Amino acid sequence: MDPKQAQMLREIQALEFVAVELTLYLDTHPGEQEPLNDYNTVAERLNQLKAHYERTYGPLAAYGSSPVEHRWRWIEEPWPWEVQY
Amino acid sequence: MWLYEKKLQYPVRVYNRDLRMAKFLMAQYGGPDSELSAAVRYLTQRYTMPTNKAKGLLTDIGTEELAHWEIIGTMIYRLLQGATPEQLRREGLGSYFALHDQAVYPADANGVPWTAAYIQATGDPVADLHENLAAEQKARATYERLIRLTDDPGVKDTLRFLREREVVHFQRFGEALNDVQEEMARKKIF
Repeated sequence: MDPKQAQMLREIQALEFVAVELTLYLDTHPGEQEPLNDYNTVAERLNQLKAHYERTYGPLAAYGSSPVEHRWRWIEEPWPWEVQY
Repeated sequence: MWLYEKKLQYPVRVYNRDLRMAKFLMAQYGGPDSELSAAVRYLTQRYTMPTNKAKGLLTDIGTEELAHWEIIGTMIYRLLQGATPEQLRREGLGSYFALHDQAVYPADANGVPWTAAYIQATGDPVADLHENLAAEQKARATYERLIRLTDDPGVKDTLRFLREREVVHFQRFGEALNDVQEEMARKKIF
Protein backbone atom coordinates (compact mmCIF):
# COMPACT_ATOMS: atom_id res chain seq x y z
CA MET A 1 0.00 0.00 0.00
CA ASP A 2 1.45 3.38 -0.95
CA PRO A 3 2.42 5.59 2.00
CA LYS A 4 -0.24 8.23 1.28
CA GLN A 5 -3.02 5.63 1.28
CA ALA A 6 -1.64 3.99 4.43
CA GLN A 7 -1.48 7.40 6.14
CA MET A 8 -5.08 8.20 5.29
CA LEU A 9 -6.20 4.74 6.42
CA ARG A 10 -4.42 5.30 9.74
CA GLU A 11 -6.28 8.61 10.18
CA ILE A 12 -9.60 6.86 9.48
CA GLN A 13 -8.75 4.10 11.97
CA ALA A 14 -7.84 6.68 14.63
CA LEU A 15 -11.02 8.71 14.13
CA GLU A 16 -13.22 5.65 14.00
CA PHE A 17 -11.65 4.39 17.19
CA VAL A 18 -12.79 7.58 18.92
CA ALA A 19 -16.26 7.00 17.47
CA VAL A 20 -16.33 3.38 18.74
CA GLU A 21 -15.17 4.42 22.20
CA LEU A 22 -17.79 7.20 22.38
CA THR A 23 -20.49 4.79 21.15
CA LEU A 24 -19.84 2.38 24.03
CA TYR A 25 -19.66 5.26 26.54
CA LEU A 26 -22.92 6.77 25.28
CA ASP A 27 -24.64 3.36 25.46
CA THR A 28 -24.34 3.50 29.25
CA HIS A 29 -24.46 7.36 29.57
CA PRO A 30 -27.11 8.35 27.02
CA GLY A 31 -28.07 11.54 28.85
CA GLU A 32 -24.65 13.24 28.74
CA GLN A 33 -24.28 16.16 26.34
CA GLU A 34 -20.49 16.58 26.11
CA PRO A 35 -19.69 13.08 24.75
CA LEU A 36 -22.64 13.47 22.36
CA ASN A 37 -21.11 16.70 21.00
CA ASP A 38 -17.75 14.93 20.62
CA TYR A 39 -19.48 12.05 18.85
CA ASN A 40 -21.07 14.39 16.33
CA THR A 41 -17.80 16.24 15.70
CA VAL A 42 -15.96 12.95 15.11
CA ALA A 43 -18.77 11.53 12.95
CA GLU A 44 -18.65 14.53 10.63
CA ARG A 45 -14.85 14.43 10.24
CA LEU A 46 -14.90 10.66 9.79
CA ASN A 47 -17.53 10.82 7.04
CA GLN A 48 -15.57 13.51 5.18
CA LEU A 49 -12.34 11.55 5.40
CA LYS A 50 -13.98 8.27 4.36
CA ALA A 51 -15.60 9.95 1.33
CA HIS A 52 -12.21 11.41 0.35
CA TYR A 53 -10.50 8.01 0.79
CA GLU A 54 -13.18 6.16 -1.19
CA ARG A 55 -12.97 8.60 -4.13
CA THR A 56 -9.23 7.94 -4.38
CA TYR A 57 -8.77 4.32 -3.32
CA GLY A 58 -12.14 2.61 -3.74
CA PRO A 59 -14.98 1.66 -1.38
CA LEU A 60 -14.53 0.89 2.33
CA ALA A 61 -17.97 -0.71 2.50
CA ALA A 62 -20.42 -2.27 0.04
CA TYR A 63 -24.18 -2.96 0.27
CA GLY A 64 -24.92 0.51 -1.06
CA SER A 65 -23.17 2.48 1.68
CA SER A 66 -21.54 4.78 -0.88
CA PRO A 67 -21.60 5.14 -4.69
CA VAL A 68 -18.85 3.43 -6.73
CA GLU A 69 -17.66 5.30 -9.83
CA HIS A 70 -16.31 3.81 -13.11
CA ARG A 71 -15.72 0.19 -12.13
CA TRP A 72 -16.39 -2.22 -9.24
CA ARG A 73 -13.31 -1.61 -7.10
CA TRP A 74 -14.73 -3.26 -3.96
CA ILE A 75 -12.99 -6.58 -4.68
CA GLU A 76 -9.59 -5.08 -5.47
CA GLU A 77 -6.52 -5.71 -3.31
CA PRO A 78 -5.43 -5.20 -0.67
CA TRP A 79 -7.93 -6.89 1.65
CA PRO A 80 -7.55 -5.89 5.32
CA TRP A 81 -5.42 -8.95 6.19
CA GLU A 82 -3.05 -8.17 3.28
CA VAL A 83 -2.25 -4.52 4.07
CA GLN A 84 1.40 -3.74 4.85
CA TYR A 85 1.45 -0.68 7.10
CA MET B 1 -27.72 -6.67 9.62
CA TRP B 2 -24.02 -5.93 9.68
CA LEU B 3 -22.00 -3.61 7.49
CA TYR B 4 -18.48 -4.86 6.77
CA GLU B 5 -15.73 -2.27 6.55
CA LYS B 6 -12.75 -3.18 4.39
CA LYS B 7 -10.15 -2.24 6.98
CA LEU B 8 -8.84 -3.47 10.32
CA GLN B 9 -9.90 -1.63 13.47
CA TYR B 10 -6.21 -1.32 14.42
CA PRO B 11 -3.14 -1.90 12.24
CA VAL B 12 -1.31 -5.24 12.30
CA ARG B 13 2.44 -4.94 11.81
CA VAL B 14 4.29 -8.24 11.73
CA TYR B 15 8.03 -7.81 11.22
CA ASN B 16 9.15 -11.46 11.34
CA ARG B 17 7.57 -14.82 10.70
CA ASP B 18 7.07 -16.52 14.07
CA LEU B 19 5.29 -19.85 13.84
CA ARG B 20 5.18 -20.54 17.56
CA MET B 21 3.65 -17.13 18.24
CA ALA B 22 1.02 -17.84 15.58
CA LYS B 23 0.13 -20.98 17.53
CA PHE B 24 0.00 -19.12 20.86
CA LEU B 25 -2.29 -16.47 19.36
CA MET B 26 -4.85 -19.18 18.57
CA ALA B 27 -5.76 -18.81 22.27
CA GLN B 28 -7.50 -15.53 21.40
CA TYR B 29 -8.77 -16.70 18.00
CA GLY B 30 -10.52 -19.98 18.88
CA GLY B 31 -9.98 -20.52 22.61
CA PRO B 32 -12.51 -20.37 25.48
CA ASP B 33 -11.97 -16.66 26.18
CA SER B 34 -11.20 -15.77 22.55
CA GLU B 35 -12.55 -12.86 20.55
CA LEU B 36 -14.82 -15.34 18.75
CA SER B 37 -16.31 -16.51 22.06
CA ALA B 38 -16.78 -12.89 23.12
CA ALA B 39 -18.59 -11.90 19.90
CA VAL B 40 -20.91 -14.92 19.89
CA ARG B 41 -21.54 -14.63 23.65
CA TYR B 42 -22.61 -10.97 23.54
CA LEU B 43 -24.53 -11.14 20.28
CA THR B 44 -26.43 -14.15 21.65
CA GLN B 45 -27.19 -12.75 25.10
CA ARG B 46 -28.55 -9.42 23.86
CA TYR B 47 -31.98 -10.77 22.87
CA THR B 48 -33.05 -11.29 26.47
CA MET B 49 -31.56 -8.16 28.05
CA PRO B 50 -34.19 -6.11 29.94
CA THR B 51 -32.79 -2.59 29.39
CA ASN B 52 -32.00 -0.60 26.27
CA LYS B 53 -28.56 0.25 27.64
CA ALA B 54 -27.70 -3.46 27.90
CA LYS B 55 -29.20 -4.29 24.48
CA GLY B 56 -27.21 -1.49 22.87
CA LEU B 57 -23.97 -2.27 24.70
CA LEU B 58 -24.05 -5.99 23.90
CA THR B 59 -24.76 -5.23 20.23
CA ASP B 60 -21.91 -2.74 20.01
CA ILE B 61 -19.29 -4.62 22.03
CA GLY B 62 -20.24 -7.85 20.22
CA THR B 63 -19.62 -6.05 16.94
CA GLU B 64 -16.27 -4.67 18.13
CA GLU B 65 -15.25 -8.20 19.16
CA LEU B 66 -15.76 -9.37 15.57
CA ALA B 67 -13.29 -6.66 14.51
CA HIS B 68 -10.84 -7.96 17.15
CA TRP B 69 -11.33 -11.51 15.85
CA GLU B 70 -10.31 -10.24 12.41
CA ILE B 71 -7.20 -8.57 13.89
CA ILE B 72 -6.07 -11.81 15.60
CA GLY B 73 -6.83 -13.81 12.44
CA THR B 74 -4.73 -11.35 10.42
CA MET B 75 -1.82 -11.67 12.86
CA ILE B 76 -1.93 -15.48 12.67
CA TYR B 77 -2.18 -15.41 8.86
CA ARG B 78 0.82 -13.08 8.60
CA LEU B 79 2.95 -14.91 11.17
CA LEU B 80 2.43 -18.16 9.23
CA GLN B 81 2.89 -16.68 5.78
CA GLY B 82 5.46 -18.47 3.59
CA ALA B 83 6.31 -21.21 6.09
CA THR B 84 7.30 -24.60 4.67
CA PRO B 85 5.80 -27.85 6.02
CA GLU B 86 9.23 -28.67 7.47
CA GLN B 87 9.38 -25.36 9.38
CA LEU B 88 5.80 -25.81 10.64
CA ARG B 89 6.68 -29.31 11.82
CA ARG B 90 9.82 -28.11 13.61
CA GLU B 91 7.93 -25.35 15.45
CA GLY B 92 5.15 -27.61 16.72
CA LEU B 93 2.60 -26.93 13.98
CA GLY B 94 2.95 -30.21 12.06
CA SER B 95 -0.43 -31.52 13.22
CA TYR B 96 -2.03 -28.13 12.50
CA PHE B 97 -0.59 -28.27 8.95
CA ALA B 98 -1.93 -31.81 8.49
CA LEU B 99 -5.46 -30.67 9.33
CA HIS B 100 -5.58 -27.08 8.05
CA ASP B 101 -2.45 -26.28 5.97
CA GLN B 102 -2.14 -22.50 6.49
CA ALA B 103 -5.86 -21.80 6.84
CA VAL B 104 -6.80 -19.76 9.92
CA TYR B 105 -9.02 -22.27 11.71
CA PRO B 106 -10.82 -21.42 14.98
CA ALA B 107 -9.04 -23.73 17.41
CA ASP B 108 -7.18 -22.87 20.61
CA ALA B 109 -3.39 -22.89 21.10
CA ASN B 110 -3.55 -26.63 21.80
CA GLY B 111 -5.50 -27.35 18.61
CA VAL B 112 -8.86 -27.88 20.34
CA PRO B 113 -11.62 -26.63 17.99
CA TRP B 114 -13.83 -23.76 19.10
CA THR B 115 -17.18 -24.80 20.59
CA ALA B 116 -20.31 -22.97 21.75
CA ALA B 117 -19.85 -24.85 25.04
CA TYR B 118 -17.34 -22.07 25.91
CA ILE B 119 -20.14 -19.54 26.28
CA GLN B 120 -23.39 -19.22 28.16
CA ALA B 121 -26.66 -17.39 27.61
CA THR B 122 -28.84 -18.06 30.65
CA GLY B 123 -31.69 -15.65 29.95
CA ASP B 124 -30.87 -14.14 33.36
CA PRO B 125 -29.34 -10.71 32.68
CA VAL B 126 -27.49 -10.52 36.02
CA ALA B 127 -25.89 -13.93 35.48
CA ASP B 128 -25.04 -13.16 31.84
CA LEU B 129 -23.45 -9.78 32.61
CA HIS B 130 -21.38 -11.34 35.39
CA GLU B 131 -20.17 -13.94 32.90
CA ASN B 132 -19.15 -11.10 30.58
CA LEU B 133 -17.23 -9.29 33.33
CA ALA B 134 -15.30 -12.51 34.01
CA ALA B 135 -14.74 -13.13 30.29
CA GLU B 136 -13.20 -9.67 29.83
CA GLN B 137 -10.82 -10.26 32.74
CA LYS B 138 -9.83 -13.71 31.44
CA ALA B 139 -9.14 -12.23 28.00
CA ARG B 140 -7.09 -9.41 29.58
CA ALA B 141 -4.99 -11.95 31.48
CA THR B 142 -4.49 -13.99 28.27
CA TYR B 143 -3.30 -10.87 26.41
CA GLU B 144 -0.82 -10.12 29.19
CA ARG B 145 0.63 -13.63 28.85
CA LEU B 146 0.74 -13.35 25.03
CA ILE B 147 2.61 -10.01 25.27
CA ARG B 148 5.25 -11.79 27.37
CA LEU B 149 5.61 -14.52 24.71
CA THR B 150 6.86 -12.25 21.90
CA ASP B 151 9.69 -9.77 21.26
CA ASP B 152 8.15 -8.44 18.04
CA PRO B 153 7.35 -4.73 18.68
CA GLY B 154 4.57 -4.75 16.06
CA VAL B 155 2.84 -7.78 17.57
CA LYS B 156 3.24 -6.38 21.09
CA ASP B 157 1.71 -3.05 20.03
CA THR B 158 -1.43 -4.64 18.58
CA LEU B 159 -1.80 -6.97 21.58
CA ARG B 160 -1.54 -3.99 23.94
CA PHE B 161 -4.38 -2.28 22.07
CA LEU B 162 -6.54 -5.40 22.38
CA ARG B 163 -5.70 -5.77 26.08
CA GLU B 164 -6.80 -2.19 26.70
CA ARG B 165 -10.14 -2.83 25.00
CA GLU B 166 -10.87 -5.67 27.46
CA VAL B 167 -10.43 -3.19 30.31
CA VAL B 168 -12.83 -0.69 28.71
CA HIS B 169 -15.42 -3.38 27.99
CA PHE B 170 -15.22 -4.57 31.61
CA GLN B 171 -15.95 -1.01 32.76
CA ARG B 172 -18.96 -0.63 30.44
CA PHE B 173 -20.39 -4.06 31.40
CA GLY B 174 -20.16 -3.03 35.05
CA GLU B 175 -22.23 0.07 34.29
CA ALA B 176 -24.78 -1.97 32.34
CA LEU B 177 -25.03 -4.41 35.26
CA ASN B 178 -25.72 -1.58 37.72
CA ASP B 179 -28.40 -0.25 35.41
CA VAL B 180 -30.05 -3.69 35.09
CA GLN B 181 -30.00 -4.18 38.86
CA GLU B 182 -31.51 -0.74 39.48
CA GLU B 183 -34.23 -1.48 36.94
CA MET B 184 -35.02 -4.80 38.62
CA ALA B 185 -35.14 -3.15 42.05
CA ARG B 186 -37.54 -0.49 40.70
CA LYS B 187 -39.85 -3.17 39.32
CA LYS B 188 -39.95 -4.93 42.69
CA ILE B 189 -40.99 -1.74 44.51
CA PHE B 190 -43.96 -0.99 42.28
